[in-house]
This record gives sequence, structure tokens and C-alpha cells, in this order.
Amino acid sequence: MTALDLAHSDLRAVNAQLQSLNGTQSNAEFDVLNPRGSHALAVGLDAPIAVRINGSTGYYCAGMNQHATVRVAGSAGPGVAENMMSGMVVVEGDASQYAGATGHGGLLVVRGNAASRCGISMKGIDIVVQGNIGHMSAFMGQKGNLVVLGCAGDALGDSLYEARLFVRGSVASLGTDCVEKEMRPEHLETLAALLGRAGVEADPASFRRYGSARTLYHFDIDNAQAY
Amino acid sequence: MCGIVGVFLKDSALEPDLGAMLTAMLVTMTDRGPDSAGIAIYGREGSGPYRITVQSPDPAQDFPALAARLPDAALVGTASHAVLTLDPDRADDTLAVIRAEFLTVRVMSHGARITIFKETGLPRAVADTFGIAGMAGTHGIGHTRMATESAVTTLGAHPFSTGRDQCLVHNGSLSNHNDWRRRLRHYGMTFETDNDSEVAAAYLTHRMQGGDNLGAALEAGLRDLDGFYTFVVGTENGFGVLRDPIACKPAVMAETDRYVAFGSEYRALVDLPGIDAARVWEPEPAKVYFWERAA
Repeated sequence: MTALDLAHSDLRAVNAQLQSLNGTQSNAEFDVLNPRGSHALAVGLDAPIAVRINGSTGYYCAGMNQHATVRVAGSAGPGVAENMMSGMVVVEGDASQYAGATGHGGLLVVRGNAASRCGISMKGIDIVVQGNIGHMSAFMGQKGNLVVLGCAGDALGDSLYEARLFVRGSVASLGTDCVEKEMRPEHLETLAALLGRAGVEADPASFRRYGSARTLYHFDIDNAQAY
Repeated sequence: MCGIVGVFLKDSALEPDLGAMLTAMLVTMTDRGPDSAGIAIYGREGSGPYRITVQSPDPAQDFPALAARLPDAALVGTASHAVLTLDPDRADDTLAVIRAEFLTVRVMSHGARITIFKETGLPRAVADTFGIAGMAGTHGIGHTRMATESAVTTLGAHPFSTGRDQCLVHNGSLSNHNDWRRRLRHYGMTFETDNDSEVAAAYLTHRMQGGDNLGAALEAGLRDLDGFYTFVVGTENGFGVLRDPIACKPAVMAETDRYVAFGSEYRALVDLPGIDAARVWEPEPAKVYFWERAA
């Protein structure tokens, strides 16, 4: 375990040290101290290292992550795990807006609430939120799974493509072209596996599934008012 | 982009530290708004004198003239600003004299408790110029500005005060401010700038003049003001926060039994006393938050 203290070294130096292992198979472990809401902490990692951040972070923590496991022992500012490719990011507290946006892969777990636009334009990332999510979440989601143990805000899954949404609590409103769908055995299986990976105990059968009605894939004049 | 900070104290033991707390928070938000900075600070209430804060582009000329014209008021000048203290009964007459006879002097704020200092330049320089760190008070609001909608001038800096002991700071941009400026003029409101945020301040003043409390005025604003905004608002005894329904503009709040604090980012809050044990949350979109202390 290597301690990296932001009270004594600057952000670029800490990020450079973490990124110096990119492209290797290193399993090194790092403890980042005094993050004090810093921006872009632990971004661009590309090695199976483990990074624990002891406190809350600002914008874009763990963005573009590949292979690494990043744990934020606090809350995360806007854009946590944005464009993640693989690996795992865990936020012990809350996440601000657009958590996991545009992610291609990997798993983002938020133990608290996630604000608006969670998983916007998700492209294969899996996201598990133990609390609630805000409005416009999974907007234009193309691929991947968004699992919410709490409630979802307005316009969930607006203009959704093939991302799958599982919500245990209430949904304030569904976005355009997002509908509730049947929960089939393969969905229960997917959900059980995701909950297991996220370290969350919950009965998959207690969730409802939402997905795309697929009416907006191609422009159709009869759907003009729905856009 | 702009930066907002605010503190509303519950524990009077922190009052001597308010200026220092706000200064540190403001300086942390420099990279969100390096154009200009400003602060509104509310002193302890009491039966004390009335306070009028004025600003002049030519303080060497204007402030001695103002002091000579207003012998009943005590004038203390600091750089481009001066604070006049006077008997509350003389407030209306004094404001009328300043506005009618001193055309280059602008009233920044007036009231029993509010003082506003704002200027172009880096937040650290602005705070040092006016000695903000040494000021005591019960609550205060600061702003670092990155101008998008109007010119980088002292008058375009925040906070905006359009009513007695009231102020507003804004991160965002309003899309229907011209319409509301026109309507509010019909109701007798006056404007110093073309700034959209000044319209929001005047809108709330207008609502409160009509009998709304701060919470009700903010609720009405949700219906009438269109655009992107995170507002933080101060009144003589109150402190309010409102985000538009889309809520793109960032906001973090912290509350302990000693204070309520606002920051555009968590970075602004990290040095507050007891922050590790504070309840820290992101204010919900389209939800009015306000705190008032018994007058």
C-alpha cells in the first residue's frame, strides 16, 4: 500500500504516479489522502491497480478508467467514472450529476444517491445505485444495465436504445419511448449477478424492468410529436 | 461558469469568523470566476444605525463631496466603496439625495444589516482590498464571476441588491430577463445594469414587497424565471437556495448544528469547522431551501 497525500504533493504528481503503471499488470494498491474535492483525480488509469480515495472528490473522478478499481470513501462530484471502459468504481457516499456518463464497460457502484443524468448515453457500463437517481437518467442509453435500489426521478430512459433499466422503488415518470417490460428469467439472472458484483443484498424479483419501446429508432412522421 | 459561496450561522460564537470563512471559500472558487468577486455580509442585528454602501469610479472626488452634502451620515471609504451609517429615519431622504445629486455614485446596498463590496479582479485581491476577512456577521454570500451575459464591470459583479437588506447571487443565465425587466419597471423597480441576475434579484424584491416571505418568493420564481440558475439569496434574517428544474449548475450544501453552508463545489466547504461530521448534500432541482432566524 502506497500512500499519496494531496496535502503534500500536487494533483498532477499524484495522477502521474498512478498513471505510471498504465499498460502493466500491476496489482499495486494506493491510498490517496486529503482529496479535498479535487478535480479529475485518478483519471485515465489503465492497469489492474486498486486506489482508495479517503474523502470526497470534485469533478470527473476516475474518468476513462480501464482495469483499475477506484473506491471513493466519500462523495463524488459531477461526472464520476465518466467514459469508463472497464474496471470498477465504488462511491461510498453520493454521486453528483452524470455519474457513469457515456461509459463503455466496467461497473460503477454508488452506495448513496446519484443526482440527475446518471448513466446518460451509457454504452455498455453497468451502474448500481443503492439510493435514488435524479431526472433524465439513462437518457439515450445504448447498452449496459442501470440498477437502482431506490427511486428514479423524472424522464427515466428518455430516447433509450438498448440499455436495460432495473428500478426497485418508484419512477417519477418515464421518458419518451421508455416503457416497462416483462422481467424474464434471463433478466433476473443478469440482475442477481450485478447485485452480487456490487456487494448488494436485494431480491432481483423486487425490481421492475424498463427498456426501449423502439419506436424512435428511425424517423417516422407519425412519431414527430414524440421527439 | 461562476462560483458561489454562502454561510448562514446558527452558532453566534462563529460570528467573528464569518468574514474569514467566506474569504477562504471565495478564494477557493477563483477558477470558477476570475473576472470579478463580491460579497454581501450581514452584521449582527440591533437597534443600530442604517447602513448604505455606495460605489464610485472616482472615490477621491465623490466621497468627500458626499460627506459634505450628508453631514448627518458617517462615511467610511475603502477603495471604490464607502459605507455611510446614519439614523434609520434619515435613510429614505439620504438615498434620494444620493440618487438625485450624485450621478456617478451607485448604491450597492442599504439596510439595517447588509454591506456589499464587489469589484472586478481576482477574488483574493477583492477580498484583501475591502478587508473582508476581518468582518463579523451572522450570514453572508459571496460570488466569483466568469461573465457570460453582460460586461465585466463593478456593477455587473454580484451580489445584486435591489431591496432593503436583500441580495442575490446567480450562477447561470436567464432567458426571459428582458421581459421581466420590462414588467418589473411597470411595478416601479429600477435597474442599474443590463444583467440578467439583477432582474432575478428585483423579481424577488418585488415579490417580497407584495408580502411573500423568502420561501414563497423563491417558489414563485420557479414558475416565472426561465433559464439556468442556481440562486443563493440573503435577507435581513434569512438565507435561501434555489436551483432550476434542469439543475446543470453545480451546488453542494453542508449543515451542522453551528451553520448552513453553500458552495458551488465541495472544495469550497472543506475547511469549514466540523465539515467531516456535517450533513453534506446536493440540493434537489426545483426545490426551495431557506433558513430564517427569528427577528
